[in-house]
Amino acid sequence: MYLEATLTPPVKETMRTSGADAVPRSFIAEDVDLIFGYPGGAIMPVYDALYHYQEQVKHVLTRHEQGAIHAAQGYARVTGKVGVVLATSGPGATNLITGIADAMIDSTPLVCITGQVGSQLLGTDAFQEIDIISISMPATKWNYQVTKAEQLPEALSRAFYIARSGRPGPVLIDITKDAQFEMFDFAYRKCKQIRSYTPVPTLNLNRVEEAADLINSAKKPLVVFGQGVILGNAEKEFKQLIERANLPAASTLLGLSALPSDHPLYVGMLGMHGNYAPNVLTNECDVLIAVGMRFDDRVTGDLSRYAKQAKVIHFDIDPAEINKNVQADVAVLGDCKESLQALIPLVYERSHQSWLQEFEALKGVEQTKVIEQDLKPTSGPISMGEVIYQVNVQTDGHAVLVTDVGQHQMVASRYTQFKQSKSNITSGGLGTMGFCLPAALGAKLGAPEREVIAVIGDGGFQMTIQELGAIFQTKVAVKIIILNNSFLGMVRQWQQLFFDKRYSSTEMENPDFVAIAKGYGIEGESISERENLPAAVSEMLQHDGSYLLEVHVGQEDNVFPMVPTGASVSEIRLE
Amino acid sequence: MEQAYTLSIFSENSVGLLNRITSILTRRHLNIDSINSSESESSGIYRFTIVVKTTEAQVKKLVLQLEKQVEVMKAVYHTDSDTVFQEIALYKISTKSISEGNLVEKLIRDNNARILSVESDFMIIEKTGHKEETQELLDFLSPYGVLEFVRSGRVSVIKPMGELEGI
Repeated sequence: MYLEATLTPPVKETMRTSGADAVPRSFIAEDVDLIFGYPGGAIMPVYDALYHYQEQVKHVLTRHEQGAIHAAQGYARVTGKVGVVLATSGPGATNLITGIADAMIDSTPLVCITGQVGSQLLGTDAFQEIDIISISMPATKWNYQVTKAEQLPEALSRAFYIARSGRPGPVLIDITKDAQFEMFDFAYRKCKQIRSYTPVPTLNLNRVEEAADLINSAKKPLVVFGQGVILGNAEKEFKQLIERANLPAASTLLGLSALPSDHPLYVGMLGMHGNYAPNVLTNECDVLIAVGMRFDDRVTGDLSRYAKQAKVIHFDIDPAEINKNVQADVAVLGDCKESLQALIPLVYERSHQSWLQEFEALKGVEQTKVIEQDLKPTSGPISMGEVIYQVNVQTDGHAVLVTDVGQHQMVASRYTQFKQSKSNITSGGLGTMGFCLPAALGAKLGAPEREVIAVIGDGGFQMTIQELGAIFQTKVAVKIIILNNSFLGMVRQWQQLFFDKRYSSTEMENPDFVAIAKGYGIEGESISERENLPAAVSEMLQHDGSYLLEVHVGQEDNVFPMVPTGASVSEIRLE
Repeated sequence: MEQAYTLSIFSENSVGLLNRITSILTRRHLNIDSINSSESESSGIYRFTIVVKTTEAQVKKLVLQLEKQVEVMKAVYHTDSDTVFQEIALYKISTKSISEGNLVEKLIRDNNARILSVESDFMIIEKTGHKEETQELLDFLSPYGVLEFVRSGRVSVIKPMGELEGI
């Protein structure tokens, strides 16, 4: 194969088998025991092979390929393992694209396997033929078309290695139908290294020392952290670092749950709908320490007015992230677990008392002006915030939160109290509506011992509502909360604030969600009165099996604070 | 300030890699001025030579995005002054229109060009050089009627030593 690699000796002895049969055998060699997918013509030989391995590799049939890939993403995010997806050629393959793009931008390890028409038909516009390799190219970390059975084990071993190593991402392997039927001598050798690929840059200890010097000299340091801390299994080291020097730490949307929400040094979420204090004080800190985050525009606001006064230290595994959006004074490339381990002993103990006090003071402002009314309103319709508050109280922060995209996502991310890592599953970079319901199914299958709560808006729920069928069939217990405001709420909020309340195509006339759930054998309740909320949440959590709770919330409630587009983070609005 | 940069990309020989490389450029609205690929001095390692007009800030990011690709070993960028580069041009002209007097001899001497082939009705001239030089010859020949003209992408080697170690 063209990609020069170092491989381990074969797991088992060589045996004569078909290309299709090599697929489940390769899964077993990679310790994959659960996959998601949807069958069709060009992938049928693989499905036939899977039939014989049902004991070792369980397949979850979703109701749409998009559902399959989001479920695999939920599974990957909650377990840290590679999510595996199977789909047929043509529409099966193109239906994966949204999930592939989502996994690419949110660094989620996936191996997607698509069937393809026979190699003799390639380029003839055959039935269900599409050039998925070209289509998926900009959204995959790597992809490859297999046209001969003998290429399969080497392609799959490279696929798993590439998907999970370094900065994780999605890989697609397209297998022509004749390669699935072809007989060959199968032996699986795991991939250990690829000549042209450096997943983890070598740590430069000089850079670590420079970073330590800057941190030690800082009067007003601020740590901003992202999902890199979770992907690098560096939660413990991260906590040690901030505790040693009393560094205030703020999270990106995807960094949430890497640090417990009640940690005294946790100062909140960054970005457009993040907390007041970390946004404002980003423009007052003297040293900004970024760990495993990529300065997304939703985090930085106007770049030309973002932390210009600060020296910037950037820890990342991906060299292409350095200086992409924000210029780093010190860049520390490498795996953040290793980098932080090297950094911690070089950092002085500090108290930073008056600086931490500034966060407390601004937190107090947000508490009075926003949070009180969000979490404990006394009149008017139910707020999204008080639903999340009830869930916090009744789950004690031990649930996995899965969210969709929009207002409910921002409210849930702001207010959910996380106690353990890998508890926040959402579509961050791509902002994919419809992500939540299938991702929650995958998360529950990945962490069956944990409570999984899907918080979804009425818009996003209807984008992948068919996955109620997959939840029904797998009989897993997903707790679904629909925060129904009968609007595409976030778009409506922007229309109100920036388009003179012209509510163009954002009002939703919704069906009876509880009745729909019932059709799938899922119990549920719909409420709109505040006094019924605690009991309804309790009923949902106590229920044995999946449950749908629809909460009618204020139709024209807005999410604040907010950094309007084009504004600086310190211009964050509280109302 | 925008100027021409030559990207040299060293990679595995992959069918789809060209697609990945060009999409990194086109996604950022960068026109490819010229592109060439061939095997490099190390057997099995391919070299793409791509010329783009852009800013240094942008080309720095481009190189990192290119190196991020699994199949790419190394990507570097250089200005024209840091490289030695050539392009080749072929001109097809009517034998009759050009064979009068000592025009052909003058043409070959002054332009450091070569005649590759002479047929009864046309001849093929080859010239190697920078774009301005091959353009100059094209302008010179135009009055006699150029039947066909084609110019290759740039090939380029870099002057600084040691930069490509480890490939």
